[in-house]
Amino acid sequence: MAPEPPLLSMSGITKSFPGVRALDGVDLDVQAGEVHCLLGQNGAGKSTLIKVLAGAHQPDDGTITWRGEPVTLRSPIAAMRLGIATIYQELDLVEHLSVAENVHLGHEPTTAGFVVRGKVAKASTAALLKRLGHPEVDPGRLVGELSAAQQQIVSMARALSHDVRLIVMDEPSAALDPEEVDNLFRIVGDLTADGVAVVYISHRLEEIRRIGDRVTVLKDGRAVAGGLPAKSTPTREVVAMMTGRNVEYVFPERRPATPTDSGTAPVLEVQGLAREGEFAPVDLAVRPGEIVGLAGLVGSGRSEILETIYGARKPTAGQVVVDGRALRPGSVRAAVRAGLGLAPEERKAQALLMLESVTRNVSVSSMSRFARGGWIDRGAELGAARAATRELSLRPDNPSVPVRTLSGGNQQKAVLARWLLRGCRVLLLDEPTRGVDVGARAELYAVIRRLADEGLAVLLVSSEVPEVLGLADRVLVLREGRVVHTAPARELDEHRVLDLVMEGAPVASASSAAGSSAAGEGGPAS
Amino acid sequence: MTQPVSPPRDSTDKIPSAGQPPVWRGMVARADLRTLSLLGVLAALILVGGITKPDEFLDTRNLQLVLTQGSVIGVVTVGMTFVIMSGGIDLSVGAIVALASVWATTVATQEYGFAGILFTAVLVGVGCGLVNGLLIAYGGMVPFIATLAMLASARGLALQITDGATQIVTIDSVLDLGERDAYILGIPPLVMVFAVVTIIGWLILNRTTFGRRTVAVGGNAEAARLAGIDVRRQRLYLYLLSGLCCGIAAFLLIILSGSGQNTNGNLYELDAIAAAIIGGTLLSGGRGTIVGSVLGVLIFTTITNIFALNNLQSDVQQIAKGAIIVAAVLVQRRTASTT
Repeated sequence: MAPEPPLLSMSGITKSFPGVRALDGVDLDVQAGEVHCLLGQNGAGKSTLIKVLAGAHQPDDGTITWRGEPVTLRSPIAAMRLGIATIYQELDLVEHLSVAENVHLGHEPTTAGFVVRGKVAKASTAALLKRLGHPEVDPGRLVGELSAAQQQIVSMARALSHDVRLIVMDEPSAALDPEEVDNLFRIVGDLTADGVAVVYISHRLEEIRRIGDRVTVLKDGRAVAGGLPAKSTPTREVVAMMTGRNVEYVFPERRPATPTDSGTAPVLEVQGLAREGEFAPVDLAVRPGEIVGLAGLVGSGRSEILETIYGARKPTAGQVVVDGRALRPGSVRAAVRAGLGLAPEERKAQALLMLESVTRNVSVSSMSRFARGGWIDRGAELGAARAATRELSLRPDNPSVPVRTLSGGNQQKAVLARWLLRGCRVLLLDEPTRGVDVGARAELYAVIRRLADEGLAVLLVSSEVPEVLGLADRVLVLREGRVVHTAPARELDEHRVLDLVMEGAPVASASSAAGSSAAGEGGPAS
Repeated sequence: MTQPVSPPRDSTDKIPSAGQPPVWRGMVARADLRTLSLLGVLAALILVGGITKPDEFLDTRNLQLVLTQGSVIGVVTVGMTFVIMSGGIDLSVGAIVALASVWATTVATQEYGFAGILFTAVLVGVGCGLVNGLLIAYGGMVPFIATLAMLASARGLALQITDGATQIVTIDSVLDLGERDAYILGIPPLVMVFAVVTIIGWLILNRTTFGRRTVAVGGNAEAARLAGIDVRRQRLYLYLLSGLCCGIAAFLLIILSGSGQNTNGNLYELDAIAAAIIGGTLLSGGRGTIVGSVLGVLIFTTITNIFALNNLQSDVQQIAKGAIIVAAVLVQRRTASTT
């Protein structure tokens, strides 16, 4: 729509990692002088895309055009030379060097090619800091002594010390106070007025409304919408694109009478469980055969609640009761012994032993069952692992293969098989279909429903609203660390839940989270 | 699904290999490319020794000597392999060997005879390992720092006990174990102890829950924790195990040298780490083999012997060792990236 060619045009960018396709033909156009927002859930492909743009990842396929010329970004230095700077969420500053040294790292002003001209560096750094509205930061101070907000300013000064035309900011507001956010927005405004383009990543829709020009929404490695007007696109539409389905799934049928109605005693009871700065006191109960879903956006505290129930985080208040007995708080072992099992959000980092076989990954939580005096009966172990993985139709049907060779869906099945083998009674699922190919999800849903029908209690966390609604019997909606609504899934629809998860939407429940933004500031999921 | 899954009996019958293979088959299956290449290096060294000094090197007495010398550091290396497999490191092994050897050879200890020396050596080793383990597992100290502190203090304590003097062992039943009369079928008792420690180490690592937990903690500590493994207790046990190996090694060294000295076990930590690394143990944890580590020890001991026979000084030996470490790691990186 713009008459001049875009500053940056990425088209058909594809990038695969072992077991998962992180980017699947993504297009992104950025005009000079605009703020282009990139939206998407965790794992949608945002960080992979900006790493491709920063030259840190090489795309498998696709083209990048910079000011009308096709380019290859072979390395971060190549991207920087073109004028593309990236400010990562984890700032890449050297704490033990001064502000000026950090700003000029790698391109220090020198005499005769090697003698660093400290005074020149300090003077130009001071000028940059002044331009960024922070003249009070001393260029001679060590970066490690600065506040998070000041460090971010240094990072930005470093970007501006190059002849920069495009700045990528990865969740820059996550660590900032409200007034610091205002300053950030002023800086972004100044930059765009100078013709610099900004690619702005955030989970906070209201920020995107304030400073964004256009929005591209990523989901499952695809751009589900490109270049939407940031100010006028209805919020519900944007959130629906982030959390919704591109494909209609067949969810397994619920049993007509759910255990919720039947009055069965709950196996898991969570009573007033809270973690300061992460989530307000939560009460919930899960009965055998029931699937309870937690719906919420990133930063709503959903994963934190699950990990606290599991004992991986220590609660500041409340307790977890299994079969009427309170668990020792903050002890994973107590939770596992009581019959809890967790399939965590980051499967590779938190669940799997990537160097080991499927068998060993499955048996790791119930080794002592196959051991006498510490001595493992490997025949029994293999047989049991095979039985558990067959029960879940894990492919390939050979538990001796290394777990790293499996697809995402089958890796998830290996984690489920671990708890199945352990004989666990409460399954905590954190984003069970993250990194699972779209085609393999329906099968995983059927597996989860079948496990529940066989008597497991399941607590499910998902950022995908249709997944929670399709799979769960009962749904708790979270916003900013609070449960804002609880209802049977069949009484809810996607629009209602989207209204509930979004800030500012009318809330039926009395425990309204309006004005409780402090609860949400504390711990956005990383 | 309230009942744990039990293995259906017929599933193991259908696939014969799914049953429990004999131990030797597991060992052969593990004789992968890396082990074979280590065996190749060892064979090449023996060839070099045989060609350069045919009479001296292949002499039975010399081979017995090589194996005996390898036994002390070998026992230490088995313990070190477990620690490195778990993602840790134990820099204090040499100092623990020194402390255990002098404590076990004081006049007071020697009054209790054979048992007194053996018991004291093992107890001192386990005690030092306990301190390391508690500091690392429950004190939250980095293994490098905690064991570095142990290195310094154990050496200091050993010097304080001996005041720099060599403590001669007067118990005949101990000294006799080093004599030729004690050899069984030409094998020195020290070498037998090394062999037994190796076999037990292999079995623990590959056949027990302890071994599995070690690998799990080293491969992904967070995943191990979330799978319900007591990661801290496992770490404590691992440093205890390393200390136990040091105590046994100290006893072997007492037999070998007939004395206890505060300079014993000098730089054992470097030899043990190097042997484990060239044996294929990942320094970051999660992967390694006992067989590889033992081959690493034998390679180092053989080099030392060949160089000594050829009147090459220890400076040349050190350079050669360095080159072997670099070559082994480079080869492993290549094989790791192709598989």
